[in-house]
Amino acid sequence: MDTKRLIIVAVGGQGNLLASKVLGEAALLSGIPVRMSEIHGMAQRGGVVESSIIFGDAVSTIISDGEADLLVGFEPAETLRAMGRCNADTQVVTSLSPVPPFTAAIGRGIYPEIDEMKRLIEERTSRLIAFDGMTLAKEAGSPMTLNIVMVGALVQSNILDLTRESVEKAIQLKTRPAFVDMNLKAFSLGFDAAKACCSI
Amino acid sequence: MHKLLSEKAGEEILLLGNEAIARGAIEAGVAFATTYPGTPSSELSLNLFQVSQETDLYFEYSTNEKVAMEVAAAAANSGLRTMCIMKHVGLNVAADPLMTLAYIGVKAGMVILSADDPYMFSSQNEQDNRYYGKMAGLPVLEPSSVHEAKDMTIAAFELSEKLQEPVILRTTTRINHSSATITTGEIARSKTKGYFEKNPMSYVTVPAVSRTLHVKLLENLKKAANFSESSEYNFINGNDNASYGIICNGVSFLYASDAVKDLGLEENSKILRIGFSNPMPSDLIKSFAKGCQKILIIEEGEPFMEEAVKAFAQEAGITIPIKGKDEGLFSRLYEFDPAMVRRNIAAFFGLPCNSKTPVDTKGLPDIPQRPPNLCSGCSHRATFYEIKKAAEGMDVVYPSDIGCYTLGFLPPLSTGDFVLCMGASVSSACGFSRATDQKVVSFIGDSTFFHSGITGLVNAVFNNHNFTLVILDNGITAMTGHQPNPGVDMTQMNFEGYNRISIEKLVRSLGVEHVTIIKPFKVKKSIAAVKEALAFKGVSVIISQEPCALFAKSIKALKPRPFHVTSKCLDHRDCIDQIACPSFFIDNGRVKIDANTCVGCAVCAQLCPENAIMPLK
Repeated sequence: MDTKRLIIVAVGGQGNLLASKVLGEAALLSGIPVRMSEIHGMAQRGGVVESSIIFGDAVSTIISDGEADLLVGFEPAETLRAMGRCNADTQVVTSLSPVPPFTAAIGRGIYPEIDEMKRLIEERTSRLIAFDGMTLAKEAGSPMTLNIVMVGALVQSNILDLTRESVEKAIQLKTRPAFVDMNLKAFSLGFDAAKACCSI
Repeated sequence: MHKLLSEKAGEEILLLGNEAIARGAIEAGVAFATTYPGTPSSELSLNLFQVSQETDLYFEYSTNEKVAMEVAAAAANSGLRTMCIMKHVGLNVAADPLMTLAYIGVKAGMVILSADDPYMFSSQNEQDNRYYGKMAGLPVLEPSSVHEAKDMTIAAFELSEKLQEPVILRTTTRINHSSATITTGEIARSKTKGYFEKNPMSYVTVPAVSRTLHVKLLENLKKAANFSESSEYNFINGNDNASYGIICNGVSFLYASDAVKDLGLEENSKILRIGFSNPMPSDLIKSFAKGCQKILIIEEGEPFMEEAVKAFAQEAGITIPIKGKDEGLFSRLYEFDPAMVRRNIAAFFGLPCNSKTPVDTKGLPDIPQRPPNLCSGCSHRATFYEIKKAAEGMDVVYPSDIGCYTLGFLPPLSTGDFVLCMGASVSSACGFSRATDQKVVSFIGDSTFFHSGITGLVNAVFNNHNFTLVILDNGITAMTGHQPNPGVDMTQMNFEGYNRISIEKLVRSLGVEHVTIIKPFKVKKSIAAVKEALAFKGVSVIISQEPCALFAKSIKALKPRPFHVTSKCLDHRDCIDQIACPSFFIDNGRVKIDANTCVGCAVCAQLCPENAIMPLK
């Protein structure tokens, strides 16, 4: 089986760990070997949270610089910050809704322009799917569903061997029962948004 | 029912490493577990805590790791299968009982989980705890994967019973915090009540007894060495006749296995995976080394295996190149990754290595950093602000401690000048105040105070030192994910059968003459009270009481009432410049408050010179 390496980057509190859990469960349901690694501890304190998910036959649980097949970012500046994890063949899916770090508010650094970030990512990687994930999350019913919007987009991109059905099943199994419908809507909105990006 | 309690064997489930170890302990019939929380071990304890609510398992959050080890030692010597869980630096705290417990040994299986943290994702150092096994004379097991972590936990209990010694199960962050599929096994019925059979000549470590116990320990160590030789956890993969040898442990085994495949080295190499790493299997290593032209040793941390392998090779008269930690190869620093391991294997054996080239990151703009920060509504921020205000004009040294509040060292709060280990804020304050003429104000959290701050305070009172200790009492062990500590009101989480220790009464009973309680969200009052405490000559203690905002939100004790910046704002930016709450952001050059994250502590509203910050209606 082909090995596919996925890195998800997000700001603490954006639901990166749940997104990873859903993808891991979907892989398990589909009989695809999966291993994941994440760093806990600082997640709720506004730092960067990164998960590595490896599908297929490799046995490692982390991904070296330049070795991601797919980079998914829940925040555009974090996606750009993670560029070193990509190579020229890497595909990138990112939300464009900015969450400027607090350091920018107190004048330590300037938050880059969105269009500029898009261009910089596009130039360096093989394909970029970028859209305003927060608008879709709100449309689904809550800003908290941004993680599932992004899962929808990455499944549509077809880079992984995960089917839409398996991921929807995993959402039903792994997200809180009260939020399943909202999450399925978020998934579908992300899926469609990625499709729209690809057809441009 | 807790997901780790499913009786069905043979099920495939996706678990976090820490959950897999908890499941292993449950399958092994663990009856007694103790811990002091510490990343990356915390979820393991949390799962056992939850499981203990539904089963006969006795679980406790002990005051510190030394206490946890001693409580566990008694249980294991009363015949109960016992687990004692901590992070790597926790074992330093528990080192005193560990060394002599090895002499005494155990009756029923006792597993000591040490979660090491290469790269220091959430630790103050990256010490390699395999050396504790060597120093204490105890067996060390090290899993390479999540699945193996579960199996090895069970094996560790069995090994412990065979040897009548505690076994150290050593993990690293990438085991604790990786997820993978495990297959469930049968859950063993556990014996939940023990009986202590007296035998002073085995249990009372006066010198005459210890002299005989040390003999017994060395005999046990010899037995352990025999087990290590034939352990299923020390195995060889690859071609027996290959001339390139690789010896590795832990997660490095995964990276090495992937690298051998990627480099097409399957035929020409063999890997010896060491999972039973103390004592090292000398015969196995010697026979592995025979026929090899070169051996590469891949281990994160210290050259623990490398030193042993080189010594064994010397005994066997093997003179081939054996390398590991070397300037051109592996470092003792940080954690390894698959590409690094692939590159070094290729370099050492002289093979071409075609790694993917990371994209060029030159020319990318500097993205503002996103350092972890005290949360919105964190009471520590308010306390730090008030102390700084009250101490304006003084030359103050701020020793701090281990917890969320360590983050106060960042500007603009800048309230952390010296951080050493749990409890050191108090004792180092004793030293700073004696050694200098500077004012000393130190910070410690409630859990850390119970853990090891109390003894420092006793020292301060006895030796009549001169400093102010601020106990940041947010009513929970916050940094590691909201675990209980002796000062926590357990009834608010609906737990019965616990007592609660008053920090104030405790501090007063130690003879501290100047004790002040502040409510940090009352800014002016707090500053005035702090000034008085700072003026006191001798040991003064300020207890700053306000629940952790994250925790209070999670138990619905806090309903956020966000504030906003009104048009009265004249853009002084005192709010941002002095307290730096992450709810502030700049929009079109104006200060705003993110209503999604503001909880309404109102500290900023109290320091705004224009009274421009008001509740959002």
